[in-house]
Amino acid sequence: MLALSIALMYACSKNEDEVSQQETKIAFTVPSNFPAPTYNFEDNKLSNTGFALGKKLFYDARLSADKSVSCGSCHQQFAAFTQLDHKVSHGVNNCQGKRNTPPLINLAWQKAFFWDGGVKNIETSPLNAITDACEMGTDIQAIVTFLKATAPYPDMFKQAFGSTEINSQLILKSITQFTAMLVSANSKYDQVMRKENGAVFTTAEQAGYTLFKEKCSSCHAEPFFTDFSYRSNGLDLLSADEGRSHITSVQTDFGKFRVPTLRNIEYTSPYMHDGRFYSLDEVLNHYDSGVKAAENLDASLKNGIPLNSSQKEQIKAFLKTLTDHEFIKNTLFSES
Amino acid sequence: MKITTYLLALLCPALLLTSCKKNNNETTPETKSTFTIEFDNQVNGSPLTLNTTTYKNAKGEDFKINVFKYYVSNIKLSKADGSSYLIPESYFLIDASKTESTNITLKDVPTGDYTKIEYTIGVDYARNFAGAQTGALDPANGMFWTWNSGYIFVKLEGSSPQSTAANNALTFHIGGVVDPNNTIRTFATEINATNPLRIRTDGKPNMHFIVNAAALFTGKTDVSFATLNFTMGGPNSVIVANNYANGLFRLDHIHN
Repeated sequence: MLALSIALMYACSKNEDEVSQQETKIAFTVPSNFPAPTYNFEDNKLSNTGFALGKKLFYDARLSADKSVSCGSCHQQFAAFTQLDHKVSHGVNNCQGKRNTPPLINLAWQKAFFWDGGVKNIETSPLNAITDACEMGTDIQAIVTFLKATAPYPDMFKQAFGSTEINSQLILKSITQFTAMLVSANSKYDQVMRKENGAVFTTAEQAGYTLFKEKCSSCHAEPFFTDFSYRSNGLDLLSADEGRSHITSVQTDFGKFRVPTLRNIEYTSPYMHDGRFYSLDEVLNHYDSGVKAAENLDASLKNGIPLNSSQKEQIKAFLKTLTDHEFIKNTLFSES
Repeated sequence: MKITTYLLALLCPALLLTSCKKNNNETTPETKSTFTIEFDNQVNGSPLTLNTTTYKNAKGEDFKINVFKYYVSNIKLSKADGSSYLIPESYFLIDASKTESTNITLKDVPTGDYTKIEYTIGVDYARNFAGAQTGALDPANGMFWTWNSGYIFVKLEGSSPQSTAANNALTFHIGGVVDPNNTIRTFATEINATNPLRIRTDGKPNMHFIVNAAALFTGKTDVSFATLNFTMGGPNSVIVANNYANGLFRLDHIHN
């Protein structure tokens, strides 16, 4: 919260004449309704220059094999850093990946990454997208070579890390300074929880919240709206994507995926690991009447989640309180 | 033999005592020196030549090797008195295609006579899940799984007429640290006490290890390339790791 407001102040100060070159120092702050983060910048000292470098790398399509895809191509700010209207990620050479792009929010609290939880550290997460033939289709060494030869990168690395060295470690650490800063915690829901600005739920939102706690929050646990577990929600009798078992080689993990966050859900369509549902109505209808008896179906979904139409409307009303407009528009995170 | 051991055992504490006295409670500057290890890559007693030479596995199947790389880490030396020294940040990637990588130098090791060496074949659990690394652990070395965090501990690629994979390829990427498919293995060997690893300020010994690439395919389970020619972690990697745990390295001799 504090970090975001500081960021806003900084954005404002630019317009006032001459507030000197002294920028407001970027800081990572834990929202009061969040627990302690997993990633705390202990071995990666957050700085304005490190953040600026990470952001530039994040938005630079020249890093990909055909110079067409940046991190930001599939992680768009206006879609809470997922990709609007794409069932699955759309990479170099018009290649279609096999899974829906996850939103990049509150990553500092996450212990594992991607739908199958294969990656265990936020710093090494970009490597997956960099090397995947259907995403950026390149390798980290090619990126190192490119950056060494391309202004203003050598100067930016020097400012950020104090040496002329450019290597994969510094690239990944600077990108993490950007991605771990993507904290979304100022939705209406958050303000109600923190009793800020006199925020209160409408009757429908409150009814939706009550229903949500009763029927959804055992998996979509507050305050992240995921418990970070891997489960099958019965999309198909036989999943076309092995999911979690690809990582664990354990049959009971077949067809399981990480429970996704619901924060900013209004803007992260389409939904599910393969992006099969375009609307929240389709999602709720699935839980109401579409759950299939898949091999490893989560026990809590054996009978689906029966919902009548007014309950669905109430839950949707509540889910929309999870939209963080400030985050989506924060110029600190925007491609400039 | 015994007398030498006793003498050495006496000598070492004596040395420590003298250095303690000098500085009282200050950190005692132990004398430190350097030693080197040469990894001599072979296949069943013949020198390893990439791409061209045909070798035979324990099942009598022909194969060639195009890539052979492995990690050696957490090198620990022990003395006859049971004390040991873990060399900090000791991570090395040995690559058969890079001669310079097969000779490693270990600096700042306390002087003394060491009678045992052990190391991890691969990378310890924590580093597999740590943040971005550099040096031997730089993911740019092509030994890091980007989609399933963790290092490839041993990588052997090649071909065999018996392989049912496309282009008769052999792809053995051994790694993974989570049970039941944990492939971290430790290699340990005693050093003959008559010729221990003598690290001296004026003596920089060299240890010579024979590394048998064919050890991946024999030992606990003889591998046939007709049935196992591809593994990237998982149960098949465990089979291979259990094979090479004992047979991959052999201390041949030490030049003191």
